[in-house]
Amino acid sequence: MDESQNDMIVQVKNLKMYFPITRGLLRRKVADIKAVDDISFEIKRNETMGLVGESGCGKTTTGRCVLRLYEPTSGSIIFTGHDISKMPERKIQRYRKDMGAIWQDPFGSLNPRQSAGGIVGDPLKVHHMADKSELKDKVAELFRIVGLDPDMMDRVPHEFSGGQRQRIGVARALACSPSLIICDEPISALDVSIQAQIINLLEELQEKLGLTYLFIAHDLAVVQHISDRVAVMYLGRIMEITDSWELYENPLHPYTKALLSAIPIPDPVAEKTRTRIVLKGEVPSPVAPPPGCHFHPRCQMAIPECSQARPPLRDVGNGHYVACIRV
Amino acid sequence: MALLDVQELQTYFHTEYGLVKAADKVTFHVNEGEIIGLVGESGCGKSVSILSVMRLIPSPPGETVGGKVIFEGKDLLKYQPNGREMRAIRGSKLTMIFQEPMTSLNPVLTVSRQLTETLELHLDMDKRAARERAIELLRMVGVPDAPRRIDDYPHQFSGGMRQRVMIAMALSCNPAIIFADEPTTAVDVTTQAQLLELMKDLVTRLNTSLVIVTHNLGVVARYAERIYVMYAGRIIESGRSEDIFGHPRHPYTVGLLNSVPRLGERHGTRKLIPIYGLPPNLINMPQTCAFLPRCTEKIGKCEKEPWPELRAVGDDHYISCYVDIKGK
Repeated sequence: MDESQNDMIVQVKNLKMYFPITRGLLRRKVADIKAVDDISFEIKRNETMGLVGESGCGKTTTGRCVLRLYEPTSGSIIFTGHDISKMPERKIQRYRKDMGAIWQDPFGSLNPRQSAGGIVGDPLKVHHMADKSELKDKVAELFRIVGLDPDMMDRVPHEFSGGQRQRIGVARALACSPSLIICDEPISALDVSIQAQIINLLEELQEKLGLTYLFIAHDLAVVQHISDRVAVMYLGRIMEITDSWELYENPLHPYTKALLSAIPIPDPVAEKTRTRIVLKGEVPSPVAPPPGCHFHPRCQMAIPECSQARPPLRDVGNGHYVACIRV
Repeated sequence: MALLDVQELQTYFHTEYGLVKAADKVTFHVNEGEIIGLVGESGCGKSVSILSVMRLIPSPPGETVGGKVIFEGKDLLKYQPNGREMRAIRGSKLTMIFQEPMTSLNPVLTVSRQLTETLELHLDMDKRAARERAIELLRMVGVPDAPRRIDDYPHQFSGGMRQRVMIAMALSCNPAIIFADEPTTAVDVTTQAQLLELMKDLVTRLNTSLVIVTHNLGVVARYAERIYVMYAGRIIESGRSEDIFGHPRHPYTVGLLNSVPRLGERHGTRKLIPIYGLPPNLINMPQTCAFLPRCTEKIGKCEKEPWPELRAVGDDHYISCYVDIKGK
């Protein structure tokens, strides 16, 4: 393995995740929901990869595939050099220890009957990373790292505020000192004034612990703020991947442009000079996506060729990839 | 004179834990044909304020205990919440668009039934005229194939389309003011752009006033002419949109603007400045300013004196704060 490959934490190649739709008594398969439809990307060590798109675009499914909570239909997921996409469950354990996850809903993702200390300590027990005597100290240390008072260890989740609960989620994700953390909409359930606290915490932890993030969110402003590189998804496919600043300065895909222009900026002066691309229609169903480019029925630049074949994700220089034949 | 003038509105909730002053001396006005924004985090009293104006506060536990709501020269708080006068105004001259279109539309009635009901009730239309008007309204809000879709049920529409139906309902009786409570929070960002542009076009064309209630500062920046910022049941800053966003004067507004990531910031160049601490618990609050525990600008006076009244700091720009910061 050469040097550059050592630097890759995750390499996703041609990942497909289809969910069958079944009908009738025999549960015959009648169609597939193509939640993720042949995507490839890589995450380098110590970087934050943003995954952005609207609801139903497959960003969460992608995250769950990387964690191997789903077994992908096809394609490979190479995590620190090992293909985990088809690995049997008992073998995966030792790689999963090296991955953490932070979920959107700080209410639903924590067991309401377990103490906060128990929640954070569980991964350590499961992976045999602490015996009884050290467990309490390790959990207390994790509490301190995420800015919680270790004295609150015995409390149950409902005694915490939303922001504190999300900190418990972060502490749990950090428990086994993972190298990769999947953050799936980690701040969208929080109040505006609390969101910045969690974003800053994630940034500080990354710097301190050398973490790698896959940051999944629908809010492009947040994703752009925290990510080094960003992938834009639409209906199961990646439309564009590039450096997060380049994405803002020089968006190439028509969908990215529309998405950027739709994001409101809290500045009336800047808003007056912006032109807004208002997309026509709605996102089609992933059961019967349009042929060719998935975006062509809503695209202002579409030509007949767009409905013929799927545009490949091609390199336009400087690590900027775009899946559009009109660029 | 303002079309709607809300003065010192006080709505309290009696809970088993104590008294919650959900809206406390809320004062705002809406001019004809104007778009205003009511901004704040969850639990700040923005929804309670407009529900009080509409007289939709459930009682008990809620109660509007003080203030005036002057609309067309009459004080709405003098009417019975379910009295004849209020029913004639609500849903006709003052209408609402709610956040979650799935739960605010009746799932067992067709869209046609829900749209024509208000028309028959308030405008005395017969069934045929009402149906025709309803189809026209659906066309106006951009529901494709309106004559056919009008007989569909809400679940047959997508989230964005349902919200368009809500907009059509709100517009049906040529209202004077539409209150939109988090109208785009449940939809995706491109759908949000579609809906906001649609609402702006419609209210401008029909000379209707629009009150947008939201937690998203960006949403109101583009559309609202004036903004009211709320915190813990009170309006803590108000002014023209350019002033609120360009030269905020209340520490909370400043903090809120500094804590949101903005599009077009190079990664790693600006660290967000969060507002530390938590929004206050509204039960049995102290007399002093509710933002005090989180405030970075506080002075000795803040700890001793009660929560200050709104005072002018510029042309049509008010804050409720003892400190005078010049903003960013």
